[in-house]
Amino acid sequence: MIDFRQAARETAARVAACEGKGTHAFLAWSEAALLAQADRLAASPDAAAGALAGEAVAVKDVIADADFPTTCGSRILAGWRSPFEATAVRRLRAAGALVAGKTVCDEFAMGSSTEWCAYGPSLNPVDPARVPGGSSGGSAAAVAAGAVTMALGSETGGSVRQPAAFCGVVGIKPTYGRVSRYGLVAFGSSLDQIGTLGKDVAGAARLLAAISGRDDRDGTTLDRVPLGEPGPTAGSLAGTVIGVPREYFPTGLHAGVRAATDRALARLRELGAEVRDVSLPHTKYAVPTYYIVAPAEASSNLARYDGVRYGPRDDGASDVRAMYRATRGRGFGPEVRRRILLGTYVLSAGYYDAYYRQAQRVRDLIRHDFARAFASGVHALFTPTTPTPAFKFGENTADPLAMYLSDVYVCTANLAWVPALSLPIGRDAGLPIGGQLIGPMEGESTIVRIAQALERALDGTAEVR
Amino acid sequence: MTWETVVGLEVHVQLLTRTKMFCGCSARFGDPPNTNVCPVCLGLPGALPVPNEQAVRLAVRAAYALGCTVHPRSIFARKNYFYPDLPKGYQISQFEGPLATGGALACVSPDRGPIAVRIKRLHLEEDAGKSFHDRVPGKTAVDFNRSGVPLIEIVSEPDLRSPAEARAYLAVLKQVLGPGYLAISNCNMEEGSLRVDANLSIRPAGSSELRTRTEVKNMNSFSGVEHALTAERARQLVATERGEEIVQATLLFDAAAGEVRPTRTKEEAHDYRYFPEPDIPPLVLAEAWLAREKQALPELPAAKRARLESAFKLSPAESVVVSATAALGDYFEALAARAGSGAGKEVWNWVANDLLSLSRDGESIPVPAGPAFETLALVRGGTISRQAAKRVLAELVQHPSEPAAAIAERLGLVQVSDTSAIEGWVRETLEAHAAEVARYKAGETRLMGFLVGQVMKRSQGKADPKAVNAALSQALE
Repeated sequence: MIDFRQAARETAARVAACEGKGTHAFLAWSEAALLAQADRLAASPDAAAGALAGEAVAVKDVIADADFPTTCGSRILAGWRSPFEATAVRRLRAAGALVAGKTVCDEFAMGSSTEWCAYGPSLNPVDPARVPGGSSGGSAAAVAAGAVTMALGSETGGSVRQPAAFCGVVGIKPTYGRVSRYGLVAFGSSLDQIGTLGKDVAGAARLLAAISGRDDRDGTTLDRVPLGEPGPTAGSLAGTVIGVPREYFPTGLHAGVRAATDRALARLRELGAEVRDVSLPHTKYAVPTYYIVAPAEASSNLARYDGVRYGPRDDGASDVRAMYRATRGRGFGPEVRRRILLGTYVLSAGYYDAYYRQAQRVRDLIRHDFARAFASGVHALFTPTTPTPAFKFGENTADPLAMYLSDVYVCTANLAWVPALSLPIGRDAGLPIGGQLIGPMEGESTIVRIAQALERALDGTAEVR
Repeated sequence: MTWETVVGLEVHVQLLTRTKMFCGCSARFGDPPNTNVCPVCLGLPGALPVPNEQAVRLAVRAAYALGCTVHPRSIFARKNYFYPDLPKGYQISQFEGPLATGGALACVSPDRGPIAVRIKRLHLEEDAGKSFHDRVPGKTAVDFNRSGVPLIEIVSEPDLRSPAEARAYLAVLKQVLGPGYLAISNCNMEEGSLRVDANLSIRPAGSSELRTRTEVKNMNSFSGVEHALTAERARQLVATERGEEIVQATLLFDAAAGEVRPTRTKEEAHDYRYFPEPDIPPLVLAEAWLAREKQALPELPAAKRARLESAFKLSPAESVVVSATAALGDYFEALAARAGSGAGKEVWNWVANDLLSLSRDGESIPVPAGPAFETLALVRGGTISRQAAKRVLAELVQHPSEPAAAIAERLGLVQVSDTSAIEGWVRETLEAHAAEVARYKAGETRLMGFLVGQVMKRSQGKADPKAVNAALSQALE
């Protein structure tokens, strides 16, 4: 029999230890909230038999939950309590899990370092001078610091995998439509997916299995059987074909990243996998395409934060237009304002065809690149997750473009809707390096199986050079 | 120079669904403010829209009724603008890839006779909430009960040539879509379930150019639309004759003053930044489902009129009356079927004159066809007079289960055709009106009517008029 109250107390102690070290992974958590959840779970007939019974899950603050505020790391939602919980949260609770708290993220998930969180960034538990990555940086830091073994994050362009790589944990971005977006505060709706983070591949995959599946509240969810639990780790990858897209390994690639990926590819070969060169020729257009599609959708999705129905309102304004300007001007931070402006521009009359429509065409080409690679007999693609290990605080905040380029290898999977995961494949000068496996549409179990085998075959914390 | 008026209408029709377009909230009109709301229709963070199947069905029926092509794949789009009663900051509508295009509605123009008004497109969208500027001093109050109620927008081509034609088009649109036929909407302008934005321009008669148009809004009745367009046409004519340029503008109709005025807000160039709604996959409708919906459409007014005219030898003016609603047409046919072939005109007279006058709403008849036919049969058999039949029908409204014959009996309306009784009344009448009898005999034959009336009076209306005529003629010979 599971003692939920005991699990709640232990979780509280671990979170307190993590936060006591100054990690600042959490925006909201409390022992009282954990104990209240424990009592609810104890009273529920099914919770003790659930797949996640008594386990604690940290939840990114862009995912709605009625027990904690949902601020999205923004002042414009300061103190906002959602009257409903996201489908993913409802499902993990139904599986017997406790929500440990809400984690730090870049404002509305726009950023790659948590430096754009209005309530302060998280520190990378591996090296506090460095960012944990983002935007799900708080969730990755919470797992890396040992506060929890699993967390929910969200991705629009790599926001789970990139921080997972920076913090040395596992992150999975499922196929678009695998997990309900109901309750995930929208950023770029055609790209957004809730993803999972874990200490190991099995943990992240188990959490994903618990939250996946069709939801009548989200018309874009896949009409499929939910994902099952991950299977036992395979000792051999014989018969598995791994594609290595050359566009992800440019000549100037960071030497540590190159050494780590070379070592991982060698292990994959040793496991019996066939490693094959492939080409995804439109990769170079992914970042520009992403930075048209995502801000366009964001400019519309963030229009609702107008001070009329909820959130802080600037009441000194003389008319409603001035109220909007004052409320939104003060409520949103610089990166969110930048993307709203960018998105509004690319959707404007006279620019729509040149930007938004063109970006949709290029997005189709990127999707076809993947489809062609997988149709050629490749089961999964292997790439670095990020071009470099975690950068230092302040290194990229003055240069938005440099910040955007840290997502160059991850945003393609969001554009193409395919599943992808990042796992630790070694360290360079103490900093974690992530390796990425990208699967075909609905191919989560394939990449999880390969990742489990690779995870066992290499020491993800070993120095690579 | 003679000028021609060019009008196109954009009509928004609220669909009669139980729930809203993208959530499960009640779509009912008139509930206390902000009681039919949820995270979806309030635009709370994280909520997502899911289309209402019944709304799609009703929109498809409307599209077929208007002769449109319904596209098996259509796309929802976001129309972005800021307004306090628009909770998401965008309205979910359709833009590129609407549900239906290319229809036509047959109307009768008061000036030109039968016309076909082309329908450019019909698309689905959601309604906004409602702002009240007069409830709270110095503030605007917003009711979100209407937020997310399903709408269709029906855009006509600029095929209307006068304000009266615009009104005629709206009347037919309401007849087809409203409770009388398809019943996909109440089509009530006062309650806002049908709303009209009108575009008007003028051009030299005979020209085919389309000149700068203005948009007229804020009408809340069909006559308001006609008045507003008449006022706007007059304004444009005066301006044009003066040599002024017509400027594209939105004008508001002031029903009390009978004027149109430019909107007071600064004219902003609206850029709605439409783009495909990423939260809703393309709306894909199975061909078989579409075919079934098309097949299941009821007979529409134009077809019904044509059929009634040919089957019952009715004139166009007569067929219009009994095809006002599908139910009235059915009633007419039910009665005509009982009355037998060739009785079309007779039954029309009963329906149009006797029965419709009993209706409270001018459309539904409160006497079922069965008892109505029994009454008609009593007249045909000479049991009661045509006049007495009106009283029987009125009584049937109060006592629907009482047989017509029993009512006639109870009210003492049964005609006397007993010759001896009639001859007695005739004799008494002739004695009492000797002077008139003398004048009649002197050639003043039109006094026959007077004498018949006097006999009827003596019989208290019970005498069979035919028998009275015969008996009088005989007695006066």
